[in-house]
Order: sequence, then structure tokens, then C-alpha cells
Amino acid sequence: MNCNITESITWFHACKINDVPENGGVCVKYKESQIALFYFKRRDEWFATQNLCPHRRQMALSRGMIGSLNGEPKVACPFHKKTFSLVDGRCMNEEDDCSIKTYLVKVENDDVYIGFAGADNDEEEIFA
Amino acid sequence: MKIVIIGNGMVGYKFCEKLLTKADQNEFEIIIFGEEIHPAYDRIHLSEFFSGKTAEDLSMAPKDWYQSNGITLHLGDPVSNIDREKKIVYSYKGITETYDYLILATGSSAFVPPIPGSDKKGVFIYRTIEDLEMMTSFAKNAKKGAIIGGGLLGLEAAKAMIDLGITDTHVIEFSPRLMPRQIDSAGSEILKSKLETLGLKILTNTNTSAILGNNAITGMLFADNSSIEVDMLVISAGIKPRDEIAKKSGLEVGPRGGIVVNDYMQTTDPNIFAIGECALHKGMIYGLVAPGYEMADVVVNVLIANDKTFSGYDMSTKLKLIGVDVASFGDPFASNSDCHTIVFEDKSKGIYKRINVSKDGKHLLGGVLVGEAASYNMLLQTCKNKMVLPPNPEDIILGSRGDGKQGSADSVSALPDDAVICSCESVTKSQICNAVSEGGCESVNAIKKWTKAGTGCGGCIPMVKDLMLHTMKTNGKYVKNVLCEHFNYSRQELYDLIKLKSLKSYDEVLDALGEGDGCELCKPPIVSILASLWNEMILTKGNDTAQDSNDRYLANIQKGGTYSVVPRIPGGEITPEKLIVIGQVAQKYNLYTKITGGQRIDMFGAHVSDLPEIWKELIDAGFESGHAYGKSLRTVKSCVGSTWCRFGLHDSVSFAIRIEERYKGLRSPHKLKGGVSGCIRECAEAKSKDFGIIATEKGWNLFICGNGGSKPQHALLLASDIDSETCIKYLDRYLMFYIKTADPLTRTATWLNKMDGGIDYVRNVVVNDSLGIAHELESEMQLLIDNYKCEWKEVVDSPDLRKRFSHFVNAPEEKDPTIRFEPLRDQKKATEWK
Repeated sequence: MNCNITESITWFHACKINDVPENGGVCVKYKESQIALFYFKRRDEWFATQNLCPHRRQMALSRGMIGSLNGEPKVACPFHKKTFSLVDGRCMNEEDDCSIKTYLVKVENDDVYIGFAGADNDEEEIFA
Repeated sequence: MKIVIIGNGMVGYKFCEKLLTKADQNEFEIIIFGEEIHPAYDRIHLSEFFSGKTAEDLSMAPKDWYQSNGITLHLGDPVSNIDREKKIVYSYKGITETYDYLILATGSSAFVPPIPGSDKKGVFIYRTIEDLEMMTSFAKNAKKGAIIGGGLLGLEAAKAMIDLGITDTHVIEFSPRLMPRQIDSAGSEILKSKLETLGLKILTNTNTSAILGNNAITGMLFADNSSIEVDMLVISAGIKPRDEIAKKSGLEVGPRGGIVVNDYMQTTDPNIFAIGECALHKGMIYGLVAPGYEMADVVVNVLIANDKTFSGYDMSTKLKLIGVDVASFGDPFASNSDCHTIVFEDKSKGIYKRINVSKDGKHLLGGVLVGEAASYNMLLQTCKNKMVLPPNPEDIILGSRGDGKQGSADSVSALPDDAVICSCESVTKSQICNAVSEGGCESVNAIKKWTKAGTGCGGCIPMVKDLMLHTMKTNGKYVKNVLCEHFNYSRQELYDLIKLKSLKSYDEVLDALGEGDGCELCKPPIVSILASLWNEMILTKGNDTAQDSNDRYLANIQKGGTYSVVPRIPGGEITPEKLIVIGQVAQKYNLYTKITGGQRIDMFGAHVSDLPEIWKELIDAGFESGHAYGKSLRTVKSCVGSTWCRFGLHDSVSFAIRIEERYKGLRSPHKLKGGVSGCIRECAEAKSKDFGIIATEKGWNLFICGNGGSKPQHALLLASDIDSETCIKYLDRYLMFYIKTADPLTRTATWLNKMDGGIDYVRNVVVNDSLGIAHELESEMQLLIDNYKCEWKEVVDSPDLRKRFSHFVNAPEEKDPTIRFEPLRDQKKATEWK
């Protein structure tokens, strides 16, 4: 393994590119947690966040509509349309102070990986 | 003229800002000494520091703002001495400055009650960014928290503890209720129970006698000898004016602190002023930012020789404490001998509203709102401007029962011109209207920049928006109803353009007519337009991800993330065989069943991955999608009609089935419901529907644009005594006309209410063909009807589409493990969310 990245990141193989609908999201099972993975075809960008919407604690963000506000990519929870930035996870609705976690995503060939900070060697695929 | 300001907090900053705008810059030299190392920051929103905001985010203005305005700013350098004779100040770091006028804006510090042990490690105060930084690093190892003080600041501190991850936190309040200065005991009880559901433990009537522990805090002992374990304590029990420097210089201070000032904010030395929380005006310390700003404004006016005095300040306030709205205005505690008190309380929803009305019932004296405070701005204005109350004053708090709607734009027009809308920045209604009429401001942000309204606490923003829209309308401005930032078109314009350019997918529409990435505001209306135009399968051509979750999964998402399934039962008629199938499917997939208001059966609690299998079984038994998830035709309700009923004139069930079959799957700006009644008794309640058909001796009466729901409205008669074919022809034209011209999410009733000419105009178009489009409308409708396919059948038959119906992309066979149910009357329900 080649460790030339300053922070140690565990890359988890999430799925194939074609598994994710264009301009939409899917839910990825990572250990006991759920990660929402989104693909913006138009910008060819990938984002990953927690799947749990903090507003009513519903596992639903991956089923939300994605889009942008002033160019900043975001997702809207299907339950009450709370919107969250996919860049820093903050809630973009006024007067709301909940936020969500965001994760790194990388694509190699046809495979999509989600990055988790901190060494974690018991995962099936680790790249560095 | 040389002005020295001691203190660089919100009020000290605001003084500079006001002086710069109101006076000639060349006549003044401003020098500031601030004790903290940060330039003035927004202390009201301090708790946002924990949600990731930085000192820069919170700052009122960056350091170079001071520089570019010619202001000398000394930070981290408090003034240690004032020589009033020579008019010189000496700073801690050794700077000396002369002054013509000296402004004391020293603010306040946290009041720490004399409790033994308050110097122990793990005891904090909540006041500055440094306090927060110290709390953050300590909190990592703390588990049990406590706050002394259940007032406004104390509850802010409790929020900070929750943000820091210390959810096991006690709030200890000396007085019998929370927020004793703002709300009454009944309001406090509601607030308390709301906060307790968030995990906070509230102890009122509790006096702390000692802080326990050797070096660091381990617990707290109370006057009744009970105790609790605590490893981190925040004291936030009130404020203490910072009057040390004034006292040292021989200025008069109050017996319990505060620099004594007159109505011009002058201290006992006429060349020295005091503003903000350090000033004591007629025995009052004002611990809110709005009166502080007002004091700053008074001093600026005095310095430029305007006559303005400070005459006390309304302490009305609205805030969101840990997600709970709390507001109090006017005199919240007026006793029964001076007024009538009207109280509304809903313990299950956690809402408490109290208003105090003058004895003659004409004026609002004050009140308290807990749990729901959307009407605060209007109530405050009614109170402040002594506006005459409606004959039943309770309407002003009960009028919006539960729906949380703000007073509409109509109610803002009733406000007097000098009504103060933004009390933080003292901006009046006429200033806001001027910004729109003369300043050309057409967005809330533009008004914020122009008038500063809404830049303080932000509570007035909804009202500013109402005023803006109202003013634009009165000025005859066309308020264009664009969808969102990605499309500069109204729905009707988009409908025409998409048709003209023959666009078939959301992406094509965005490429051709919009910009950016789209969003949840423009996606659903556009795919709805596409469906209304072409009626193609809604999950193809990439349109699936441009739909609301309900349309994307062809089912209604419910609490917990499961879905409900509604097969179509046209006219509410169903065979015993089909009823048995529904029962078997519900049993097999463990679904909760309920009869809907539209005469069909809803099955709840289906996992997303079970949906295709459930539908396969239903379709095999002859069912079709009921489109309960779509903005589309839902049901055509019917009474049993002449086939059985001894009063029935015509066969209402057969006609209802015919109509439901005709329009099933029709996508529209909002949902559509219909009804057919077999006689005047109207058992199908057809007049509460988007279209209602009622049998007469000679044929049918067709009513349109009725609505149940939150704003019930009876449908209006479009045509009378018509035969079935004519009725369907008119329905085709009417529905298509609505689909082409309504705004997104507008029911037919609202569409009609907004239409110039109302029902007469629609009748002219539909019945008399005044626009000459009747034939076009009919053929467009026929195209949609011809293209109908059951979309669930298409999914069931397509492996590609079925693949999308799984929870985990990388474990499609697994269901969401977080879904929970609870038993309920021999069935089940979704576990309540938080």
C-alpha cells in the first residue's frame, strides 16, 4: 500500500458508477451506518453525506432531490424539504442550525469509493 | 471633534456606524479601545460558534472596515484611567488619548452569584468567544452538565451544552419559572415540557448552596440538601454592568451597578456618555441589543445637535430557544384588574398563547407566545401602534389555529406608516416601502442593504417580505412568479415553451431554458409539466430523480421511511375477490390498512424493496396504480346512486367509474379530486371537490373548483342539466385549461380565486369557447388519455426500473434496519419521530 496522503483515509468501495442514478442519490451501507451518495452528472461531481436527516432523524437523504443554491450543491430531504449543503453539510434553511456529516468520494474506473478519515484496516478495500 | 469610545461590542460598533452615516466624516476623529482581542462581534448569535461559525463569521465588520473609515481601533487594550479634568484617557498598554467626548460602551459581564466553590475547575461563564473556546476544550471530557440560570442567557447556554454533546444537562433556576422576565408560569410550564423532551432536566425554585469537588467540580448542593453530579457547570444567571471605570472616575453609578445617565445618555459629566448594557436609565438596565442601538442613535443625534432623547424602550422579544419559539411583547404580565386575559393552551402540541386586552376590548396591551410565535410581528405591531382589535380579540391568536401562518400582506397594509417594523434598527414601515418604491429594492436582501431592516435579530424578515410584495403590487409592478433561481419563467410560460420546443426530459428543459443544477423547487413542477404534456412513463429519461420521493418510488413516504400503497378503486366500487386480495397482500407484507377519505384502501408500512412485489400481486389481481403519490387525479367519489338508492335519479357509480377511468394518471399542477352524486342530497360531497357532478331530473349539474382541506370552499356551478357527453366535454376543457395555466401546487379553488373574472370567465372559455381553444383543449386531453399506462405495471415488468427499489445500493436484499413499528389496535404504526 502506498501511503502518500497526509491524513490517513480509509476508502470504502461503495458501488459501480452505473448503480447510481444520474443527478440522484443512493444509500450505501457502511458497517452499521448509512451513507447517502450523490452524483451530479451535469458537473460530473460526486458527494457523500450521512443518510440521516437530523431534523426528524429519518434515514432519507439519499432519496432526496439534489440541486444547487447559488451554485452550491445541496440535497433536500424528502420529508420536510430541509436542504443541506453537500460541501460543508450545513442546513441551508434560515433559522435552522442542524448540520450533516460529509465524506470524501473518489472514482476509479467504474468504481465509486467513499473516504472515511482515520485508519481503519478491517475494511474490504483500502487504497491510499 | 475627537470622540473616544471605550468598548467595542455590538453597541459600540453600532454607534460608529450610525455616526458615520449621519454626520460629516471629516468633522470627527474616532478612537476605540476594546478589551477583547476580536473586533465587535454578534453576541446574540454566539451559540452558532458551536455549529461551526468562526469569530470572523460573527463579526459585525472586519478590521479593515474601521481603517477604511478612519477609525483607530485598539484591541486587547482596556482603558485603565480617565482624567476628566484634562479630558484624557490612559490605556492599560500605555496609550494616552485626549477627547472632546467620551462614550462608555463597556457592556456587561456575567453576574456570578456568591456561591462557594464557583472558582473550581469546570465552572464557566457564557459571555465571550474566549469563554466558548474554553468550554469547547473542556467539554470533550465532560458528561454531566448543568446551567445556573433559566433565563434567556441560561437557555442559550443550555443549547451550547447540547451542541457540545453534553445532552445530560440540568438547568437550575432560582425563581419558580423559566424566563421569569419574559413569560408567565403557564408559558413556562409549556416551555419546560418542550425542553424536557429534548433531554434537558429543568429544576425551578432551586437555590444552589455550594459547588462540590476538590479541585474540579464534581457536583452541586442545593438549599434543600439535595444534590446532583456535575462535571461541567455554566453560570448564566444574569448580567452585571461594567461600571468599574466610571466608578473610578467619580461618575455616579447605581446602588446595584450601572452608570447613571439622563435622557440624552449623558453621565454626570456632560462630556461623557454611556450606552448599552452599562448604562442605567431611570433605574433600568437594558440587556437587549435593540435598546442599546437606540441609545447609540440618541448620542449620535445629540452630538450632531439634533434633539433626540431616550425615553425607555419596549422590551418585546422573540427568539428561538433550542428550537422552541418564545416571544413576549408589551406588558406580558398585566393583571386581571387592568385587562381581560385570553389564553390558548395546547399541551399536546406544546403551544401556549396569552394576550392581555384592555378592559374596553379595543387594544392589545401585551402577551406571551410559547411554541408557536409566527403571529408575533403582527401582534407586536397591533400592541405598539394601539391598533383597534377585531370584535372577537381571540381571533388574533386563534385565527391561525395550528397552521402557523403569518398575517397576510393585507394585514401589513393596515399598519400605520410610522409603525416600527425592525426594532433592532428602528426601521419604520414607510422606510421599507420607500426602499421598494424609490430605492428600487425588489428582494429582501436589497431591502436589508438599503434600510438595515432585518440585519439584527432577523425576526422581522417575514413582515419585511410581506411589505415588499404589498408595495410592489400597489405600485402596479408585475410580481413575476418565477419557479426558482434556475428558471426565469413562470409555470405557464414554461408549459408553453416546453411544448413549443418539444422537450421531453428535465435535463433537456434545464439545458434549453434554465441554468445551474436545478433544485427541489423547479424539478417537480417541470416533470409535472412534462407529464401533463406527453404523459410518458415518469421514471424514464432521467426524470425519476427530478421527482419528489413519492413520485420517484410511486408510493407515499411515511414516518420512519416506509411507504404506503393505494391501488385504484374507481368510484369506490370493488368486488369481494379484489377485497380479499388486498387483505391477503396486506397480511403477507404486514401492512397497516385503513379506508381513505376517497373511498379506497391504503396499506401502510411497506419497505421500499417490497413495493415491486406488492404491486406485482395487486396487478395480477387486476388492480392499477391509484396515483395517491402524484399531483394527479386521485379519486372520483360516488354515492350508490339509482341502482340501489330509492332517491337516486341517475347511476352515479357508473358515471364516477367512467370519469375516473378517463382521467386516471392525469398529471396536474396539484392533486385533483372529483365526486358524483345521484341526487340533490349530495351524499358524495361532490361540491367539496375539484369537480363535482350532481344528478338532476334532466341530466347533470357540473360544479368546479371546490376544495376541502385547510380552506374549504364549495364548488361553483359551471353548467346545469347537461347530458353525460357534454359533461365530459366540459370536464376535458376545464381540466386542460387548469393544467395549462395554474401555478405549481395551486389547487383549482385557488386558481379560480386568483383568476380575473372568476367563474364567469372560466365558463366563457369552457362553455362558450370565448378564446377559441376548446377544440385544442379537447384534443390535448385526448392525447393524454390515449397515452395512459399503469406506471406500476411498467415497473413490475422492467428489471431496470425494479432495481431502483432497494434501500442499500450495495446490499439490495437488506431492508433499512432503523425502521421501527409499534403495535396499535391489532395492527401497527410507525414509531413516533423526534
